[in-house]
This record gives sequence, C-alpha cells and structure tokens, in this order.
Amino acid sequence: MALIDLTDIHKVYDMGAEKVRALNGVDLAIERGEYVAIMGSSGSGKSTLMNLLGCLDTPSSGHYRLNGVAVEELDDQQLAAIRNKEIGFVFQTFNLLARTDALHNVELPLIYAGVPRAERRERAKRALERVGLGERMSHQPNELSGGQRQRVAVARALVNDPSILLADEPTGNLDSTTSLEIMELFAQLHRAGNTVILVTHEPDIAAFAERQVMLKDGKVVADHPTLRAAATHA
Amino acid sequence: MVFLENFRIAAAALRANAMRSILTTLGIIIGVAAVIAVVSVVQGLQQMITKELQGVGATYMEVRPDFGRRDPGRVARQVKLTWDDGKAVRERIAGIRLITPLLAGAAQVKYGDRKYNPGAIYGVNQDYQEVVNSAVDRGRFFSRIDLDNRRNVIVLGQKVVDELGLEPDPVGKEVYLGSYPATVIGVMEKKGQSLGNNLDDRAFVPFDAAVSLFGRNAADAVQFRLQARSTDDVERVRDGITHLLRQRHHLGPDQPDDFKVRIEDEILKTVSTVLGSVTAVVGGVVGVALLVGGIGIMNIMLVSVTERTREIGVRKAMGARRQDVLLQFLIEAVTLSLLGGGLGIAVGYGLGSGVARLLPDWPPAHVPLWAVGLAFGFSAMVGIFFGIYPAGKASRLDPIDALHYE
Repeated sequence: MALIDLTDIHKVYDMGAEKVRALNGVDLAIERGEYVAIMGSSGSGKSTLMNLLGCLDTPSSGHYRLNGVAVEELDDQQLAAIRNKEIGFVFQTFNLLARTDALHNVELPLIYAGVPRAERRERAKRALERVGLGERMSHQPNELSGGQRQRVAVARALVNDPSILLADEPTGNLDSTTSLEIMELFAQLHRAGNTVILVTHEPDIAAFAERQVMLKDGKVVADHPTLRAAATHA
Repeated sequence: MVFLENFRIAAAALRANAMRSILTTLGIIIGVAAVIAVVSVVQGLQQMITKELQGVGATYMEVRPDFGRRDPGRVARQVKLTWDDGKAVRERIAGIRLITPLLAGAAQVKYGDRKYNPGAIYGVNQDYQEVVNSAVDRGRFFSRIDLDNRRNVIVLGQKVVDELGLEPDPVGKEVYLGSYPATVIGVMEKKGQSLGNNLDDRAFVPFDAAVSLFGRNAADAVQFRLQARSTDDVERVRDGITHLLRQRHHLGPDQPDDFKVRIEDEILKTVSTVLGSVTAVVGGVVGVALLVGGIGIMNIMLVSVTERTREIGVRKAMGARRQDVLLQFLIEAVTLSLLGGGLGIAVGYGLGSGVARLLPDWPPAHVPLWAVGLAFGFSAMVGIFFGIYPAGKASRLDPIDALHYE
C-alpha cells in the first residue's frame, strides 16, 4: 500500500455567495521514499493540496490515507497528533520561533510528542548535526543567515522521524546559491530514505525532484518522472 | 506536552517584553501591596493587643464612669462613680476575686533637686498588681497594712526611676509627690510601650493618698479593675454590678447606665470589630484593584495572542493540540499575575514596615502566612479568570490561517 493515497479529493470553500472549488477530484498515490514536486501556478490548488497532505485541513469529500490512516475521519486532536508524528513541515518563511535558540526550535515537535527533556535535547542535537549546524545550536534565528535558518527548519522537520518531509516553497526567500545548498540537503535526505514532497511554482527547483505532479484548476493535469529520476535509476 | 515546559515558555515570553509585563501587572501589584501593607500594620497591632489582654486573663473586667458624650440629655457632672460604689460591689456581688479602685491623675515627683512629671499617677489598692497581672521587680508593692495605716509610700515605674536619677535600687529613698513626702518601697517590672503609652512612665500610690492629692472631686470619677473568680462568673458579675450600680445611682428604667462594665472578651471583640471593618474596607478597594489588574492582564494577553498568531500556527503545525496552546497562554497569564502578586507582597511589606516605623509607638508590621497565601491565591485566580478568554481564543485559531497571518 502506498504511503499517501488520495482518491477523488474535493475541497470546496464556501465564500458566502459563491463556492470556490479549490480541488476538483484529485487522485494521487505517493510511495515511501519518493521525491515528488507538486507544481502549479497560483490558484491551481497546490496550496490547498499541501494543507490536506500536511493534515492541516480535511477534504470536503474523497479519501486520504496516510500510512494506512483515513485522515478525513480524524478530529482536531487526532490531526494534531498525526501532524506531530507523520509530517515534517518546512515553510517558505522558515517560521522559527523568535528569541529561541536553534536547539530549542528543533526540540519543538518533540515537546508535543511528550519526549523527556534529556532525550529531546540529544535528538535535536543530532538533527542539527545532520543539517550541518552542529556549531550553531545556541544561536537565535536573528543571528543566523537565511540559509542557516532554513537548515534549522529542516532539522526541526526531521527531528521526530516523520513519514513525509513537506516543503512549501522552501527556497522562496533564499538567493540562488543558498537555494542550491538547501536543494542539495533535500536530495541528501532523500538518498537517506526520506519521503520528500516539494510544493513549488519554480521549474528549476522542481527539477531536483524525481517526479513532478502538475496541478491546474484543482486537477492533476500531468504526473511524470523527471530527467533526474532517469539519471539516478539508470 | 510536558507541563513544566509551559513555565519556561511563559518566562521567556514575559522576559522578551519585560517592561510591558511589569506595567501590565501594576494593577495587581498595587492591589496586593495595599492589602499586605494594611494587613501587616493592623495585624501587628492586633497581635500586640491580644498579647496584652491575654496577659490580664479572661476573667479581667473594668468598670468606668460613662459621661455619655454622645447623649446630650445627660449632664456630665451628675455622673458619679465612687469607691463607695466599689466597696458595695465587693461586698454584695458574688464571684469577684479581687477588685481595686483606680484613680488616675498627674503630679510632680521630686527627688533631691530633680523634678519629673510621670505620664500618670495611679491611686490603687494592694490588689492592683494581681488584678492587672503585673508585678514589682525590686522591693514590694504596698500591702493592706500600708493602706490601713495611711503610710506615705510610693511604687515607681522604671522610667520614673531613670528620670529622677535614682540609683538602680531606690527602695527606702524619700521622694516628694507634690508637697507630700513618700518613701519608695518598690519598682515595677518593665512593660514597655503600648499604643502611645509608656507603661513604665507611671507611679503608684495608695488610693487614699491619691484622693488627698487629686482632691474630692476626682474621687467622684473612680474606675474599678477587677478579676472574677472564674470565666463562668464573668457574665453574672457584670449583670450584678450593673443592677447594683443602677440601684445606687437611682436610675429609672428609661435612663441609660451612667457607667460602663467592660469584660476582657468584649475589649477583644471591640478591637477585632474595628480592625475587621478596616480590613473589609481595604478588601473592597483591593477587589476593585484586582479587577482592574485582571482586565489589564486580559488586554495584554489578547495583544500577545494576536502578535504571536504565527507562532501559534507553527506550534499547531508541529503537533500542538488545542489544550496545549490553551495551557501555554493560561500559564503565561497566571505567571504574569503571580509575578504581580509576588512583587505586591514585597512592596506591601516594605510599605507596612515603613508606616509602622513612622507611627510613634506602633508595633512592628507583621505579615501572617495566610495573607501571603491569600495574595498568591487571589493573584492566581485573577490570572486564570482573565487569562482563559485570550487563551481560548489562541487555542481555537485555525492552523492554516495562523500560519499565513501577517
């Protein structure tokens, strides 16, 4: 069974007079260990899809199975628990807690997972070392560069060993050199066995993935492997 | 979620806005400081009075003339209370163990060429020291024989001894009280200050000597101090005295008493009532201050929730449940109000100590543990009560909206 299995997903927003169909019958399956880029212009429904994949929201109709769990049936509490356990978010604007050092930022998901303090600290340290920030643990976000902040955010996403790394325009606020470094980091995490889902509108960023899913008007209009996949698996 | 982690988060959040946090808690600080200051001053006083009254015991009673200042229909000079009344009381009322007249006045004491006016000269009988439970330190108090033989004797308080420049053991020395010579036979034990009176600034002479010293008119307004045989006798003795004195003073059924019988229990009760109403008034003021303080906390917590909408979104994305967010902001509000409570206790104690020191002869301020507990308890309650709405608001935020909040 696929790690992610979406069947006939609809998402309708009721905007008073008119109803906005953000997703209009999406079918998508993603296997464990895949590196998928979800693409589309603004208004294509890719943000809505990302919110659903990240269990921040539930579909109006259709079925979403994540790691065997029917997400559409979950309530607020259960959604919070599944986000904590299964999803590692990386945001365009980093979304680190201000005035909180890197180590404590990375510890955050473990706090809500109820991990004891000593173990929390140890795992957060290891995650920061994995993204190459072992030396910057006690730095606060405003003492770090954009690329370093995003690395902290990646460490935070990784720390609870989620099923999916879900990155929403992770390079949107970075210059091209730093963007490359971050994409290199994702590639490295993918090679280590992580499932990575990238939401972006930039083709050259999407090119780092092994599979591209193109959305338009709330529907999947294209779904194909990339050149990189061909190169890797050749 | 590890519960204690909330306190670390709260502390960090409050430290990040230190000035704002202090200003927010000002209402709580002022409220708690006011109550602690008043309670500490009043409690010090009550503690002292209670200790003194317990010194004379529960069987102690006082009878004094009541000039009825609040009763314009009565003419003051018609009111008389004489030692003849007292003797009648002693002979005809059962249940009295000891009774002494007390005639207070002022006169100059002279030793050699040193002169001094003690705070009060008391004319009493031999039972006085046992009635008020205070003893001589050196020498002896006067005896029945001294009184019966109208001996010119005097017992001095320590301050009078010092002021006259008498040696530490002045027993046997001759002093002049007004124009009458008197032999010092004893010095009272040190008692210290009480409500502006120096209890050591006194001299005691036999009752008859005081009558001749202060004149016949003074003897028409004598007080009695007495000890009942037991606490069970106190009420009966009071009723007996009231009945007898009304009879002797020829008071009609519609005329009020021209004397007042006070029992120790009542004295305590009066003190407690007065202090209780002071505390109640302060309590009301504090209630308002805490209410205002609480609204301040609610206000700043609402601001804080809005400012940190993104943070709330991030926390929810990372798996924070509603109750985690609720608890986080509730604990932040409670920490804020407890901070105010703690500072308020410190400020209030400082104020109370300062006031107690400034007031002459006031006992030192005393903060009872219950007041500290109450202050913290109320602060925490204010924090919970006024923190629940902002915290609830934070916990209900939609994670997607919160993450995209600008």
